Amino acid sequence: MNNLVVLPIVVPVIVGMVMVIFRNILWFHRLLSLLTTAFIGIVAVCLLDQIKLTGVQVLYLGGWKAPFGITLAADMFAVLLVLVTAIVTFCCFCYAFSSLGIERERHYFYPLTLFLLAGVNGSFLTGDIFNLFVCFEVMLVASYVLISLGGTKIQLRESVKYILINMITSSLFLVAIAYLYAMLGTLNLAHLSVRVAAVGQDGLLTAVAFLFLIVFSIKAGLFLFFWLPDSYSAPPTAIAAIFASLLTKVGVYAIIRLFSLVFYHDLSITHLFIGVLAAVSMVLGAMGAVAYWDLKKILTYNVVVGVGFILAGFASFSLVGMRGTVYYLIHDMLVKALLFLLGGTIIHVAGTAKLKETSGLIRLHPKLGWMFFIAALSLSGIPPLSGFIGKIFVTEGTFQSEYFWLGGIGLLTSLMVLYSVMKIFMNVFWGPALTEETEKVSTEGLLLPMGILTALTIALGLGAEVIHEYVDLAAAGLLDPQGYIDAVLGGKL
Amino acid sequence: METCMSIVVGILFAVGTYLILSKNILRIILGTSIIGHGVNLLLLTMGGLKKGGPPLLGLKETTFVDSLPHALLLTAIVINFATTALFLVLSYRANKVLGTDDVEQLRGYGNE
Repeated sequence: MNNLVVLPIVVPVIVGMVMVIFRNILWFHRLLSLLTTAFIGIVAVCLLDQIKLTGVQVLYLGGWKAPFGITLAADMFAVLLVLVTAIVTFCCFCYAFSSLGIERERHYFYPLTLFLLAGVNGSFLTGDIFNLFVCFEVMLVASYVLISLGGTKIQLRESVKYILINMITSSLFLVAIAYLYAMLGTLNLAHLSVRVAAVGQDGLLTAVAFLFLIVFSIKAGLFLFFWLPDSYSAPPTAIAAIFASLLTKVGVYAIIRLFSLVFYHDLSITHLFIGVLAAVSMVLGAMGAVAYWDLKKILTYNVVVGVGFILAGFASFSLVGMRGTVYYLIHDMLVKALLFLLGGTIIHVAGTAKLKETSGLIRLHPKLGWMFFIAALSLSGIPPLSGFIGKIFVTEGTFQSEYFWLGGIGLLTSLMVLYSVMKIFMNVFWGPALTEETEKVSTEGLLLPMGILTALTIALGLGAEVIHEYVDLAAAGLLDPQGYIDAVLGGKL
Repeated sequence: METCMSIVVGILFAVGTYLILSKNILRIILGTSIIGHGVNLLLLTMGGLKKGGPPLLGLKETTFVDSLPHALLLTAIVINFATTALFLVLSYRANKVLGTDDVEQLRGYGNE
């Protein structure tokens, strides 16, 4: 029992509700939102150390032992993601201060984002599949409001579609849960794992596994990403960055959790299929990123490529590949947030998202330009930045499991990703300045959060030694679920 | 009994899917709502339809029903209710701002 585990979920909810009461005091909102994310970050760091020393931390809510009550289980993988989530949200809050505008801030942007954060953290930390559904819904309801916050035409149009897709997916999620309960009689993830191992993963269970895969693929934008590019380019920058960095990754997390803890007995079917989906989404995403000349579109298609790459490492199901997956997932969350913030700033400065109508920004905004350059290199995996280490492990893992095609497609699409972001860099920052007069749009206050994220992506690449130990433990924990099961069920059953 | 329920769930899903495939946004919302009801019935059926007393309370009973699906159902109903309400309000607003309730016209390629 460790009460720390519940804090990343409960604290944002409580703080959010307090904020709703004091609606008009904006500085209070800003201060509290920063403090909350910082607090969650500190809790996550404490948890990391405890997990390193004593293994998976478990909390039985209300004292009802697993598998009967609701369980929260914090393993290394989950807590690493909670930490990165806190960092990313912190930076997006900083960015929102000077970019979002009073109206949106006053209409509950901060409380809503904190509720979203509670849902995201809950999805990471829960040890119960129905609770996973509930946390997904908490996160999604907050995101429905965030995506339509402000009520511009494009936002309303996209939010209707976004809600529809997610409502249908949630229904399918419930259907899958119902089938699973009918077959196995439990909803606790660790207990499910034990039961599946006991009865063997036959065809029916694999079919249910595929239903789950469909659900999470839609949420994560893995192959079924048709809704993603439009939805993610509708909301304002700070919100889009949170979406791109966190929401799809929760779907990815759910796939990884479910297919490493419960449905890992039939690798040649389920995991091969995940590999194929990953390859297809990498190729399609990269094609989208190369084809478009619209900044937002290019960035959103890069989200799809990232999801594909993370799951390529997972599909290999080897220790190296898993290590790469964890590492790349962390990197991807940071760098996607960074890229979306940078992209939003470029659009703010240039006044347009079309690459062909911008040129020569580096004269007026050198810092912005170089940060974008670093982020672009990091995204495509140039050493010594953070993307490189993840990519090398993922590729090694796929080769080890003899999925040469998967590793090859990963490398090929990395080149296309590099081309797509360099296209942005060259068109936006190089070339003659379009206007002679030096009327400079202010980027005051916007550079700091992006600076933090840029520093982190450099530090994550150069100082990989520091988190290597944690990533290793997370990867090992995913490959061998026995530690998780023992911790949750307390060695019983 | 389970067979009968399965057929009902199937019909609800069919009706819901049919409604979602139409163009009018209000019909689509009704469709998601009906699919939600189908899912709820499915959850109930999957727990097994048994006769028996409530667990923990009915001390004289010899058989008990499985109460977990009921708890799930309750949560699912609340969530479904809340999202449907939000969806309705949002589509009303979208209808006012965009001036259409035809999803064909919500495609939005082009440049805004």
